[in-house]
Amino acid sequence: MTVLILVDHSDAELRAATYNCIAAGEALAGLGAGDVHVLVAGSDCAGAAAAAAAVPGVAKVLKADAPYYAYSVAENLAPLVVGLAPAYSHILAPATTFGKNVLPRIAALLDVQQISDISGIESVDTFVRPIHAGNVMATVQSSDAIKLITTRATAFEPVAAEGGSAAVEDIAAAEDAGLSSFVGQELTKSERPELTTARVVISGGRGMQSGENFHLLEKVADRLGAAVGASRAAVDAGYVPNDYQVGQTGKVVAPDLYIAVGISGAIQHLAGMKDSKVIVAINKDEEAPIFQVADYGLVADLFEAVPALESELEKQAP
Amino acid sequence: MKVLVAVKRVIDAYVKVRVKADGSGVETQNVKMSMNPFCEIAVEEAVRMKEAGVATEIVAVSCGAQSSQETLRTALAMGADRGILVQSDEVLQPLAIAKLLKAVVEKESPEVVLLGKQAVDSDFNQTGQMLAALLGWSQATFASKVIKEDGMLRVTREIDGGLETLEVKLPAVVTADLRLNEPRYASLPNIMKAKKKPIDTLTPDELGVDVTPRLKVIKVTEPPARQAGVKVANVAELVTKLKSEAKVI
Repeated sequence: MTVLILVDHSDAELRAATYNCIAAGEALAGLGAGDVHVLVAGSDCAGAAAAAAAVPGVAKVLKADAPYYAYSVAENLAPLVVGLAPAYSHILAPATTFGKNVLPRIAALLDVQQISDISGIESVDTFVRPIHAGNVMATVQSSDAIKLITTRATAFEPVAAEGGSAAVEDIAAAEDAGLSSFVGQELTKSERPELTTARVVISGGRGMQSGENFHLLEKVADRLGAAVGASRAAVDAGYVPNDYQVGQTGKVVAPDLYIAVGISGAIQHLAGMKDSKVIVAINKDEEAPIFQVADYGLVADLFEAVPALESELEKQAP
Repeated sequence: MKVLVAVKRVIDAYVKVRVKADGSGVETQNVKMSMNPFCEIAVEEAVRMKEAGVATEIVAVSCGAQSSQETLRTALAMGADRGILVQSDEVLQPLAIAKLLKAVVEKESPEVVLLGKQAVDSDFNQTGQMLAALLGWSQATFASKVIKEDGMLRVTREIDGGLETLEVKLPAVVTADLRLNEPRYASLPNIMKAKKKPIDTLTPDELGVDVTPRLKVIKVTEPPARQAGVKVANVAELVTKLKSEAKVI
C-alpha cells in the first residue's frame, strides 16, 4: 500500500495543516509498511515541492506545475488526482477549506465514499471521526478499494519540517477543465500566529460589542504570543472577518491555552475548541454554558477584566 | 433560470444529541427535527434569486425517509415552488445522495443547484462537491456572495485565510456558507399556501441508483466530557493559577 497526500500550499510553502496530514499518512503507512508520496500541484510551486521533499518520511514528491493549478481550483485538480489514484491505497488531504473543497470531487469521480475530518486511525480501513459538532464520535469502516480521507489537524501531531530529502518528480499536468477561474482574494493579514497552530488562542464573542474592542484582546494576544479568534456571533455581527471563526464549521483549534472572552458557549462554538488543554472563560453572565467546560472561570465585565489581565501579565512577567 | 435546492432533515442544531445505549447510533425518537441550517441558507438564496428576477422556478429536493416531507414543506413555505422527495429508509451517505441528486438534475435540467455546505448531523461536507463532479459542472463551495452574470456566476467563498472570488461557468453547483444570507421565517399565510404546493415522490430504484452505504458504522460513542473547573475571584488569581497550577503561560 502507498499513501498519497494532497498538500495545502501557497506555491511558495506548505500550509501548517499539511504537516499534521502527513503525520496521519505516515501513521497509516506504518500500519501497512507502505510509502508516503506527496502531490504538490500548483503554479510555480517549486518552493512548496522543496518544502514537501524536506519532510522526513516522505518517499517521493510528485510535482505538477501549470498556471491553471494556481489557487487549487477543484475542477482542474480533480482529473489530475483521478489519473494518479490507481497507484494508491489511500489519498489524504488536510480538512482545510482546500481539502474540503477538492477531495469530495475526486472521491465522486472515483466512486468512493470519502471519510471526512478523521481524528483517529484504528486500522487501514477503520477511522474515528467527530459528528454532531463533536458531541459524538463515530468509528467507521470503509469498503471502498481506495480510501479518501481528510484529516483534522488538531488530532495529529505535525511531522518535522526538516530532515528529509525525498526526490521531486515532475509529472505531466492534466487538462484545464475551463469551468472556473480565479478572480481575486482578500486575505486577512496578521503578524500573529496562525489560529489553528497557535499555542495560545484568545477569542471574543458577541460580548465584545464592536470590532474596535477586539484591540483589547489583541493587546493580551501580543503579550502571550497568541492568535485571536472569534465566535460565530462576533463574525456575523461584522466585528471581525470570517477567518477568525472557531467552531463546528469554522476552524477547529486545540491550543495549550484557550481564553474565551464574552462568549456564551453555544455547542457549535464548543465543537471548535473543547479539545484545548486549558480553557479560561471570562463572562459577566455566571450562567453562561462556557463555564461548564472552562478550567478557570472569571465572572466579570470583560471591559474591566481584559485590560486588567493585560496589566497583570505585565506585572507577573518573568 | 431554474434553480434546484437540496434540503436535509436533521436533529435540530440546538438539541443535545444522545448516543443510543447500544452504541449503534444517535437517539432520534422524540427528538426535535429541523431543516439543516445551511440548507435554510441555500433555500433563502434561491428565493432571493427569484425575487430579484434571476430565478424563474425553485424546485426543492430532499432525500430520506417519508418524514422529510415536512422539511420540503418548510422549503415551500419559504418560497420554493414545488418539492421532490426521493424516499428511502436506507442510511444515505453523501455519495449516494449526490447520485440521487444527479438523477433528479437530469430530469429537471436546472442551471444552478444550491446546497448547504454541510449537514450539522453527519458533518461530512461532501454532497455538493460530489454532485458537481458527477455532473461535470463547475463548483463554488462555502459561498458568502453569489452574483449572476452573463453565462456565469461570480461567487465569493469563505476560505481559511479570508475570502476568495471565483467566476464559475453555468450550469454550476453552489454550496452555502453561514454569511451568504439570513434565512427568513416562513409567515403563517405562506405556511398555509405551502400545503397546497405539489410534492412528487420518487425512489432510488426509479432513479436507478444503488444507495447501499459504503461506510459501515462500527460504533458511536460520546467523547469524554470536560469537567467544569473552578471560578477565580479576580484577574490576579487567574494569572497566578495559569502560571503555577496549569503552567500554560
